Amino acid sequence: MSGPARDNPRSISPIFWLLFGAGGMVSALFGPALILITGLLAPTGTGIPESFLSYDHALAFARNPIGKLVLLAVIALFFWHGAERLFLTLKDMKAGPSLVLKLGTYGVAAAVTLATIGLLLAIGF
Amino acid sequence: MPDPAKRELRILRYQPGVDAAPAFGTFWVENAENLSVLEALQSIKDTLDGSLAFRWSCRMAVCGSCGMMINGAPKLACSTLLRDLPPGPVTVEPLNNFPIERDLVISVGGFVKKIESIYPYIIPKEPRTIAQGPYLQTPAQLAAYESFSDCINCMLCYAACPQFGENPDFIGPGAMALLQRYNGDSRDAGRQKRLDAIHGEDGVWSCTAVGICSEVCPKSVDPANAVNQNKTNSAFDFFLRFLRKE
Repeated sequence: MSGPARDNPRSISPIFWLLFGAGGMVSALFGPALILITGLLAPTGTGIPESFLSYDHALAFARNPIGKLVLLAVIALFFWHGAERLFLTLKDMKAGPSLVLKLGTYGVAAAVTLATIGLLLAIGF
Repeated sequence: MPDPAKRELRILRYQPGVDAAPAFGTFWVENAENLSVLEALQSIKDTLDGSLAFRWSCRMAVCGSCGMMINGAPKLACSTLLRDLPPGPVTVEPLNNFPIERDLVISVGGFVKKIESIYPYIIPKEPRTIAQGPYLQTPAQLAAYESFSDCINCMLCYAACPQFGENPDFIGPGAMALLQRYNGDSRDAGRQKRLDAIHGEDGVWSCTAVGICSEVCPKSVDPANAVNQNKTNSAFDFFLRFLRKE
Protein backbone atom coordinates (compact mmCIF):
# COMPACT_ATOMS: atom_id res chain seq x y z
CA MET A 1 0.00 0.00 0.00
CA SER A 2 2.08 2.93 1.19
CA GLY A 3 5.84 3.15 1.10
CA PRO A 4 8.28 3.65 -1.73
CA ALA A 5 7.15 3.00 -5.27
CA ARG A 6 9.20 -0.18 -5.54
CA ASP A 7 7.06 -1.82 -2.83
CA ASN A 8 3.91 -0.61 -4.48
CA PRO A 9 4.09 -1.20 -8.22
CA ARG A 10 1.51 0.64 -10.28
CA SER A 11 -1.27 -1.60 -11.58
CA ILE A 12 -1.90 -1.66 -15.33
CA SER A 13 -5.63 -2.05 -14.65
CA PRO A 14 -6.36 1.58 -15.63
CA ILE A 15 -5.82 0.68 -19.30
CA PHE A 16 -8.47 -2.03 -19.21
CA TRP A 17 -10.73 -0.05 -16.93
CA LEU A 18 -10.75 2.98 -19.22
CA LEU A 19 -11.45 0.76 -22.25
CA PHE A 20 -14.23 -0.83 -20.19
CA GLY A 21 -15.61 2.61 -19.27
CA ALA A 22 -15.41 3.88 -22.84
CA GLY A 23 -17.11 0.71 -24.08
CA GLY A 24 -19.85 1.08 -21.49
CA MET A 25 -20.49 4.65 -22.58
CA VAL A 26 -20.52 3.79 -26.30
CA SER A 27 -22.71 0.73 -25.85
CA ALA A 28 -25.17 2.59 -23.65
CA LEU A 29 -25.42 5.51 -26.08
CA PHE A 30 -25.40 3.65 -29.40
CA GLY A 31 -26.05 -0.04 -28.65
CA PRO A 32 -29.86 0.07 -28.46
CA ALA A 33 -30.11 2.36 -31.51
CA LEU A 34 -27.81 0.07 -33.51
CA ILE A 35 -29.85 -2.99 -32.64
CA LEU A 36 -33.06 -1.18 -33.51
CA ILE A 37 -31.78 0.12 -36.86
CA THR A 38 -29.68 -2.77 -38.16
CA GLY A 39 -31.61 -5.57 -36.46
CA LEU A 40 -35.24 -4.53 -36.81
CA LEU A 41 -35.93 -1.42 -38.92
CA ALA A 42 -33.57 -2.08 -41.84
CA PRO A 43 -34.38 -5.80 -42.38
CA THR A 44 -38.12 -5.08 -42.27
CA GLY A 45 -37.71 -1.97 -44.41
CA THR A 46 -39.38 0.28 -41.84
CA GLY A 47 -38.59 3.97 -42.22
CA ILE A 48 -35.11 3.35 -43.60
CA PRO A 49 -34.00 3.96 -47.21
CA GLU A 50 -33.83 0.74 -49.25
CA SER A 51 -30.20 1.30 -50.14
CA PHE A 52 -29.23 1.35 -46.43
CA LEU A 53 -28.25 -2.29 -46.20
CA SER A 54 -26.85 -2.55 -49.73
CA TYR A 55 -23.30 -3.81 -50.23
CA ASP A 56 -22.17 -0.62 -51.99
CA HIS A 57 -23.54 1.53 -49.21
CA ALA A 58 -21.84 -0.50 -46.49
CA LEU A 59 -18.57 -0.66 -48.43
CA ALA A 60 -18.52 3.12 -48.92
CA PHE A 61 -19.08 3.58 -45.20
CA ALA A 62 -16.25 1.17 -44.33
CA ARG A 63 -13.90 2.93 -46.79
CA ASN A 64 -14.54 6.38 -45.39
CA PRO A 65 -11.86 7.25 -42.74
CA ILE A 66 -14.49 8.50 -40.30
CA GLY A 67 -16.61 5.42 -41.03
CA LYS A 68 -13.58 3.26 -40.23
CA LEU A 69 -13.12 5.02 -36.88
CA VAL A 70 -16.79 4.57 -36.03
CA LEU A 71 -16.67 0.86 -36.89
CA LEU A 72 -13.48 0.35 -34.90
CA ALA A 73 -14.85 2.18 -31.87
CA VAL A 74 -18.16 0.34 -31.91
CA ILE A 75 -16.68 -3.13 -32.48
CA ALA A 76 -13.54 -2.92 -30.32
CA LEU A 77 -14.94 -0.95 -27.38
CA PHE A 78 -18.01 -3.20 -27.13
CA PHE A 79 -15.63 -6.15 -26.85
CA TRP A 80 -13.37 -4.47 -24.26
CA HIS A 81 -16.42 -3.60 -22.20
CA GLY A 82 -17.72 -7.15 -22.28
CA ALA A 83 -14.25 -8.56 -21.64
CA GLU A 84 -13.78 -6.63 -18.40
CA ARG A 85 -17.27 -7.52 -17.12
CA LEU A 86 -16.85 -11.18 -18.01
CA PHE A 87 -13.34 -11.34 -16.57
CA LEU A 88 -14.35 -9.87 -13.20
CA THR A 89 -17.43 -12.08 -13.03
CA LEU A 90 -15.47 -15.23 -13.88
CA LYS A 91 -12.74 -14.21 -11.43
CA ASP A 92 -15.30 -13.70 -8.67
CA MET A 93 -16.76 -17.11 -9.52
CA LYS A 94 -13.24 -18.61 -9.42
CA ALA A 95 -13.92 -20.13 -12.83
CA GLY A 96 -10.26 -20.85 -13.57
CA PRO A 97 -6.66 -19.64 -13.37
CA SER A 98 -6.32 -15.87 -13.83
CA LEU A 99 -4.15 -16.21 -16.95
CA VAL A 100 -6.69 -18.46 -18.69
CA LEU A 101 -9.52 -16.09 -17.83
CA LYS A 102 -7.53 -13.07 -19.06
CA LEU A 103 -6.72 -14.81 -22.35
CA GLY A 104 -10.35 -15.80 -22.77
CA THR A 105 -11.65 -12.26 -22.18
CA TYR A 106 -9.03 -9.53 -22.72
CA GLY A 107 -7.30 -11.83 -25.21
CA VAL A 108 -10.45 -12.14 -27.30
CA ALA A 109 -11.02 -8.38 -27.16
CA ALA A 110 -7.41 -7.75 -28.24
CA ALA A 111 -7.70 -10.27 -31.09
CA VAL A 112 -10.98 -8.73 -32.27
CA THR A 113 -9.46 -5.24 -32.11
CA LEU A 114 -6.43 -6.28 -34.14
CA ALA A 115 -8.57 -8.16 -36.66
CA THR A 116 -10.87 -5.16 -37.04
CA ILE A 117 -7.95 -2.81 -37.62
CA GLY A 118 -6.48 -5.24 -40.14
CA LEU A 119 -9.75 -5.70 -42.03
CA LEU A 120 -10.52 -1.98 -42.05
CA LEU A 121 -7.10 -1.30 -43.57
CA ALA A 122 -7.39 -4.21 -46.04
CA ILE A 123 -10.76 -3.01 -47.30
CA GLY A 124 -9.01 0.10 -48.67
CA PHE A 125 -9.88 3.77 -48.71
CA MET B 1 -42.77 -24.69 23.34
CA PRO B 2 -40.34 -21.81 23.75
CA ASP B 3 -41.15 -19.07 26.24
CA PRO B 4 -42.38 -16.03 24.21
CA ALA B 5 -40.89 -13.71 26.81
CA LYS B 6 -37.45 -15.07 25.97
CA ARG B 7 -35.27 -14.91 22.88
CA GLU B 8 -32.62 -17.41 21.80
CA LEU B 9 -29.17 -16.20 20.74
CA ARG B 10 -26.67 -18.53 19.14
CA ILE B 11 -23.28 -16.92 19.64
CA LEU B 12 -20.03 -18.03 18.06
CA ARG B 13 -17.51 -18.59 20.85
CA TYR B 14 -13.78 -18.96 20.30
CA GLN B 15 -10.69 -18.50 22.39
CA PRO B 16 -7.62 -19.06 20.22
CA GLY B 17 -5.06 -21.28 21.88
CA VAL B 18 -7.72 -22.81 24.14
CA ASP B 19 -10.55 -23.93 21.85
CA ALA B 20 -9.75 -26.23 18.95
CA ALA B 21 -12.24 -24.42 16.70
CA PRO B 22 -15.01 -21.80 16.97
CA ALA B 23 -18.32 -23.27 18.16
CA PHE B 24 -21.77 -21.88 18.84
CA GLY B 25 -23.09 -21.43 22.37
CA THR B 26 -26.82 -20.97 22.99
CA PHE B 27 -28.25 -18.41 25.42
CA TRP B 28 -31.79 -17.36 26.28
CA VAL B 29 -32.38 -13.74 27.24
CA GLU B 30 -35.42 -11.96 28.64
CA ASN B 31 -37.00 -10.19 25.66
CA ALA B 32 -38.17 -6.59 25.80
CA GLU B 33 -39.85 -4.25 23.33
CA ASN B 34 -36.73 -2.20 22.61
CA LEU B 35 -34.00 -4.75 23.30
CA SER B 36 -31.02 -4.41 20.98
CA VAL B 37 -28.65 -7.25 20.18
CA LEU B 38 -25.98 -5.35 22.13
CA GLU B 39 -28.22 -5.15 25.20
CA ALA B 40 -28.96 -8.85 24.84
CA LEU B 41 -25.20 -9.57 24.81
CA GLN B 42 -24.70 -7.33 27.84
CA SER B 43 -27.44 -9.14 29.70
CA ILE B 44 -25.81 -12.49 28.86
CA LYS B 45 -22.46 -11.22 30.08
CA ASP B 46 -23.99 -9.81 33.28
CA THR B 47 -26.19 -12.75 34.20
CA LEU B 48 -25.29 -15.91 32.28
CA ASP B 49 -21.65 -16.00 31.20
CA GLY B 50 -19.17 -13.33 32.26
CA SER B 51 -16.54 -14.73 29.92
CA LEU B 52 -18.38 -13.64 26.75
CA ALA B 53 -16.16 -11.17 24.89
CA PHE B 54 -17.46 -8.40 22.61
CA ARG B 55 -16.59 -4.76 21.88
CA TRP B 56 -18.94 -1.88 22.53
CA SER B 57 -18.84 1.69 23.72
CA CYS B 58 -21.40 4.32 22.75
CA ARG B 59 -24.63 2.27 22.32
CA MET B 60 -25.83 4.82 19.72
CA ALA B 61 -24.19 3.94 16.37
CA VAL B 62 -21.47 6.56 16.66
CA CYS B 63 -18.37 4.74 17.93
CA GLY B 64 -18.31 1.87 15.44
CA SER B 65 -17.18 -0.71 18.02
CA CYS B 66 -20.00 -3.27 18.02
CA GLY B 67 -19.97 -4.44 14.39
CA MET B 68 -20.77 -8.16 14.14
CA MET B 69 -22.52 -10.65 11.89
CA ILE B 70 -26.16 -10.83 12.99
CA ASN B 71 -28.10 -13.58 11.22
CA GLY B 72 -25.26 -13.63 8.70
CA ALA B 73 -25.30 -9.92 7.83
CA PRO B 74 -22.81 -7.31 9.06
CA LYS B 75 -24.63 -4.97 11.48
CA LEU B 76 -24.04 -2.75 14.47
CA ALA B 77 -25.33 -4.69 17.48
CA CYS B 78 -26.46 -1.47 19.18
CA SER B 79 -28.77 -0.38 16.36
CA THR B 80 -30.18 -3.82 15.61
CA LEU B 81 -33.31 -4.53 17.62
CA LEU B 82 -34.36 -8.11 18.33
CA ARG B 83 -37.95 -7.28 17.38
CA ASP B 84 -36.81 -6.40 13.83
CA LEU B 85 -35.21 -9.83 13.34
CA PRO B 86 -37.26 -12.81 12.15
CA PRO B 87 -38.66 -15.03 14.92
CA GLY B 88 -36.48 -17.90 16.06
CA PRO B 89 -32.88 -18.02 17.15
CA VAL B 90 -30.63 -15.06 16.40
CA THR B 91 -27.17 -15.98 15.16
CA VAL B 92 -24.35 -13.72 16.30
CA GLU B 93 -20.84 -14.13 14.91
CA PRO B 94 -17.71 -12.00 14.73
CA LEU B 95 -17.29 -9.87 11.58
CA ASN B 96 -16.45 -11.91 8.47
CA ASN B 97 -13.04 -11.69 6.83
CA PHE B 98 -11.15 -10.79 10.05
CA PRO B 99 -9.11 -12.96 12.41
CA ILE B 100 -10.95 -13.68 15.68
CA GLU B 101 -9.24 -12.37 18.78
CA ARG B 102 -11.83 -13.86 21.13
CA ASP B 103 -15.53 -14.65 20.73
CA LEU B 104 -17.04 -11.64 18.91
CA VAL B 105 -13.88 -9.55 19.10
CA ILE B 106 -11.91 -9.40 15.86
CA SER B 107 -8.38 -8.20 15.22
CA VAL B 108 -8.34 -4.67 13.79
CA GLY B 109 -4.58 -4.26 13.33
CA GLY B 110 -4.64 -4.72 9.56
CA PHE B 111 -7.45 -2.22 9.16
CA VAL B 112 -5.67 0.41 11.27
CA LYS B 113 -2.53 -0.01 9.13
CA LYS B 114 -4.61 0.63 6.01
CA ILE B 115 -6.13 3.74 7.53
CA GLU B 116 -2.62 4.97 8.37
CA SER B 117 -1.37 4.26 4.86
CA ILE B 118 -3.64 6.81 3.16
CA TYR B 119 -2.46 9.86 5.17
CA PRO B 120 -5.70 10.31 7.16
CA TYR B 121 -5.16 13.95 8.03
CA ILE B 122 -5.16 17.29 6.26
CA ILE B 123 -1.86 18.02 4.55
CA PRO B 124 -1.90 21.82 4.19
CA LYS B 125 -0.84 23.45 0.93
CA GLU B 126 1.61 25.63 2.83
CA PRO B 127 2.44 26.22 6.49
CA ARG B 128 -0.09 28.52 8.08
CA THR B 129 0.44 30.79 11.06
CA ILE B 130 -2.06 31.42 13.82
CA ALA B 131 -2.12 35.08 12.76
CA GLN B 132 -3.56 34.01 9.41
CA GLY B 133 -6.66 32.86 11.25
CA PRO B 134 -8.83 29.81 10.66
CA TYR B 135 -9.50 28.19 7.32
CA LEU B 136 -12.75 29.21 5.74
CA GLN B 137 -14.89 26.86 3.66
CA THR B 138 -18.00 27.53 1.65
CA PRO B 139 -21.00 25.20 2.11
CA ALA B 140 -20.21 23.72 -1.31
CA GLN B 141 -16.61 22.99 -0.27
CA LEU B 142 -17.91 21.28 2.87
CA ALA B 143 -20.47 19.27 0.90
CA ALA B 144 -17.67 17.95 -1.36
CA TYR B 145 -16.33 15.70 1.42
CA GLU B 146 -18.78 15.85 4.31
CA SER B 147 -20.61 12.57 3.71
CA PHE B 148 -17.29 10.70 3.61
CA SER B 149 -16.37 12.17 7.00
CA ASP B 150 -19.35 10.31 8.53
CA CYS B 151 -17.44 7.01 8.50
CA ILE B 152 -17.19 5.52 12.00
CA ASN B 153 -14.62 2.82 11.12
CA CYS B 154 -17.01 0.02 12.07
CA MET B 155 -15.61 -2.26 9.32
CA LEU B 156 -19.03 -3.62 8.29
CA CYS B 157 -18.05 -2.83 4.69
CA TYR B 158 -14.92 -4.97 5.05
CA ALA B 159 -16.98 -7.86 6.43
CA ALA B 160 -19.29 -7.58 3.41
CA CYS B 161 -16.65 -7.04 0.70
CA PRO B 162 -15.94 -10.25 -1.26
CA GLN B 163 -12.69 -8.81 -2.64
CA PHE B 164 -11.37 -8.10 0.85
CA GLY B 165 -12.38 -11.65 1.77
CA GLU B 166 -10.25 -12.91 -1.14
CA ASN B 167 -7.31 -10.59 -0.55
CA PRO B 168 -6.73 -9.27 2.98
CA ASP B 169 -4.17 -6.81 1.57
CA PHE B 170 -6.86 -4.98 -0.45
CA ILE B 171 -7.08 -1.42 0.87
CA GLY B 172 -10.86 -1.86 1.08
CA PRO B 173 -13.92 0.40 1.07
CA GLY B 174 -13.63 2.13 4.46
CA ALA B 175 -10.08 3.37 3.90
CA MET B 176 -11.07 4.58 0.42
CA ALA B 177 -13.96 6.58 1.89
CA LEU B 178 -11.55 8.19 4.36
CA LEU B 179 -9.09 8.89 1.54
CA GLN B 180 -11.81 10.66 -0.40
CA ARG B 181 -12.77 12.61 2.71
CA TYR B 182 -9.31 14.22 2.69
CA ASN B 183 -8.80 14.37 -1.08
CA GLY B 184 -12.10 16.20 -1.38
CA ASP B 185 -11.23 18.77 1.30
CA SER B 186 -10.39 22.25 -0.02
CA ARG B 187 -7.80 22.75 2.74
CA ASP B 188 -5.84 19.68 1.69
CA ALA B 189 -2.96 19.29 -0.75
CA GLY B 190 -2.10 15.62 -0.20
CA ARG B 191 -4.05 14.20 -3.13
CA GLN B 192 -1.01 12.98 -5.07
CA LYS B 193 0.51 11.20 -2.06
CA ARG B 194 -2.75 9.40 -1.48
CA LEU B 195 -3.17 8.47 -5.15
CA ASP B 196 0.35 7.02 -5.09
CA ALA B 197 -0.65 4.91 -2.08
CA ILE B 198 -3.57 3.26 -3.87
CA HIS B 199 -2.38 2.85 -7.49
CA GLY B 200 -1.29 -0.78 -7.02
CA GLU B 201 -3.18 -4.06 -7.42
CA ASP B 202 -3.92 -4.09 -3.67
CA GLY B 203 -5.06 -0.47 -3.85
CA VAL B 204 -8.18 0.76 -5.55
CA TRP B 205 -7.80 -1.73 -8.43
CA SER B 206 -8.78 -4.80 -6.40
CA CYS B 207 -12.36 -3.54 -6.35
CA THR B 208 -14.72 -5.24 -8.82
CA ALA B 209 -17.61 -2.84 -8.21
CA VAL B 210 -19.79 -5.25 -6.26
CA GLY B 211 -21.19 -2.30 -4.28
CA ILE B 212 -22.31 -4.19 -1.17
CA CYS B 213 -20.03 -1.96 0.96
CA SER B 214 -22.44 0.93 0.45
CA GLU B 215 -25.48 -1.28 1.10
CA VAL B 216 -24.28 -2.38 4.55
CA CYS B 217 -22.90 1.01 5.66
CA PRO B 218 -24.83 2.09 8.78
CA LYS B 219 -23.94 5.76 8.18
CA SER B 220 -24.79 5.97 4.44
CA VAL B 221 -21.21 6.92 3.64
CA ASP B 222 -21.29 5.26 0.18
CA PRO B 223 -17.71 3.94 0.09
CA ALA B 224 -18.40 2.39 -3.35
CA ASN B 225 -18.73 5.92 -4.69
CA ALA B 226 -15.39 6.88 -3.11
CA VAL B 227 -13.77 3.83 -4.70
CA ASN B 228 -15.24 4.61 -8.10
CA GLN B 229 -14.16 8.26 -7.99
CA ASN B 230 -10.65 7.14 -7.17
CA LYS B 231 -10.60 4.55 -9.92
CA THR B 232 -11.21 7.49 -12.25
CA ASN B 233 -8.57 9.62 -10.49
CA SER B 234 -6.05 6.77 -10.48
CA ALA B 235 -6.74 5.96 -14.15
CA PHE B 236 -6.16 9.56 -15.22
CA ASP B 237 -3.07 9.71 -13.00
CA PHE B 238 -1.81 6.59 -14.81
CA PHE B 239 -1.58 8.53 -18.06
CA LEU B 240 -1.22 12.13 -16.87
CA ARG B 241 1.84 11.31 -14.74
CA PHE B 242 3.87 11.62 -17.94
CA LEU B 243 2.79 15.26 -18.26
CA ARG B 244 3.22 16.10 -14.60
CA LYS B 245 6.01 18.36 -13.41
CA GLU B 246 7.59 16.82 -10.30
